Amino acid sequence: MSPSNRKVLPGFSLSLGYTLLYMSLLALIPLAACFTKAFSLSVDQFWAAVWTPRTVAAYQFTFTVSIVSSLASIILGFVIAWVLVRYDFPLKRIFDALIDLPFALPTAVAGLVYSGLYVETGWLGQFLVPLGIYGAYSRFAVVLVLTFLGIPFVVRTLQPVLESLEDDKEEAAYLLGASRSQTFWRVIFPTLIPALVTGFALSLARGLGEYGSVVFVSGNMPFKTEIAPVLIVARLEEFAYAEATAIAVVLLVISFAMLVLINLLERWSKRYYA
Amino acid sequence: MHNAKHTSAAQQFGMHRATHRDPKLVQWGLTLAALLTISVLIVIPLVNVFYQAFAGGLPTYWENLVRDSDTLNSILLTLAVAPLAVVANLVFGLAAAWAITRFQFPGRSLLTALIDLPFSVSPVVAGLMLMLLFGLQGYFGPWLQEHNWKIIFSTPGLILATCFVTLPFVARELIPVMEAIGPEEEIAAISLGADGWQMFWRVTLPNIKWGLLYGVILCNARAMGEFGAVYVVSGHITGRTDTMPLRVEKLFQEYNNPGSFAVASLLTLLALVTLIVKVLLERKTRLELAEAARVVHTPGEAS
Repeated sequence: MSPSNRKVLPGFSLSLGYTLLYMSLLALIPLAACFTKAFSLSVDQFWAAVWTPRTVAAYQFTFTVSIVSSLASIILGFVIAWVLVRYDFPLKRIFDALIDLPFALPTAVAGLVYSGLYVETGWLGQFLVPLGIYGAYSRFAVVLVLTFLGIPFVVRTLQPVLESLEDDKEEAAYLLGASRSQTFWRVIFPTLIPALVTGFALSLARGLGEYGSVVFVSGNMPFKTEIAPVLIVARLEEFAYAEATAIAVVLLVISFAMLVLINLLERWSKRYYA
Repeated sequence: MHNAKHTSAAQQFGMHRATHRDPKLVQWGLTLAALLTISVLIVIPLVNVFYQAFAGGLPTYWENLVRDSDTLNSILLTLAVAPLAVVANLVFGLAAAWAITRFQFPGRSLLTALIDLPFSVSPVVAGLMLMLLFGLQGYFGPWLQEHNWKIIFSTPGLILATCFVTLPFVARELIPVMEAIGPEEEIAAISLGADGWQMFWRVTLPNIKWGLLYGVILCNARAMGEFGAVYVVSGHITGRTDTMPLRVEKLFQEYNNPGSFAVASLLTLLALVTLIVKVLLERKTRLELAEAARVVHTPGEAS
């Protein structure tokens, strides 16, 4: 593509102008408003809004469940991707397609159905609750629903990498006398690490910002199962806009850091595979 | 949504060549684990939605949807809000993809990265940002009230929130497609005397139609299902600003499980249709990209 396209093809200023206008109005100005509002607080006020025992508990809870569920996602997602790429079984295409359901299913529906499945009378709860496993209105419930949301990120990141693995490397390892597990851990696994890390980061980012499904299943108990976005909503309902915004800014900074990290990871893995 | 398309051809070859390597026991164990995970996390919830929705029989189901005027209003509201947001982001996606893939300008890669920004903003924060601008205490609040315009706690706010959350979908599907196709055919059309719109309707659009449709489908699924952002700006006025996902939550809070699951079943149906169309379109866009790669003889550039 050459810059001289601008002389040949029409619509450069129109399309770029519209793009910039639309993004400014819809995304950049609102974001700026968010930061302006937060900075209208004094440092002490900001700190008081952002760092209370309740908000700290919420950050801790949000991070803990997001990290635990992302770990669960990469383990389970790895097994699923491996099986889908390497083995054959009935209805494989349908199972493959269903992996994307968490992308397409509204989060409110996920929350609603998960909250019903794991209570004592639910389909799965009737077996699990007698064993002392509470998959609804608990920390575990949030981990479950976030794992549901995280798995497709991992599977869809791993699948193309697993498919592109060169057969001859495995063959060479085998011919050189490596055992099956040696081949896996020394030859296959290292090439999957960038994709696994990217999948982890993507599902972590999703988990940190998630609201819809979590409010259904967590029970929203302050200090125990309350996530940071719930606190924002609570502050808003008290018309404490500035305090709500302060917490929002903390979340925004975290998610921008995640975004930069994901971009770096993707660049790293591109170089890794090149 | 992460953009990872895989080739099913490679998948089919791949499984034949590598399948004999793992011992049968490992194969069965892993397959069982994978299927168990998919079943517990995805299939059982999916079946449960419809089971719960139809637990009272078909007539009750129908009544829960149609007789409850608030539910009916929420369906109508979603059917109004989502298409508007989709059209807005469709026009934006076309403009952005055209500017980014056909011209060089400073800040081009920054702009491409910025398009994805809404994906990394928590939906609740997105709603909050709109409150800060247009709410009663917001920057434009007093001005809006003076002119008797309502954005927050009314339909325009819902549309804006949905637009923000779904902003990247069409653009990020179109950019790789248009990048791969390249500008040659369009340059030819213009050189042969076509004007801009003729070129767009006769050359550009036919080339990108499947990729475009794919983006629209994904955008629509998210637009209809959005919860967090619209939750904040809606004000929860029953029958007026409750979209379908918000109605699901309200009925759930009112312990009306059959009603809640009835609405949820419609949204689940939408998700299933989206998945089916996605599978079909993925094959089409893959062919489109393969075609483009064959026409453009620059290996390594068309990815």
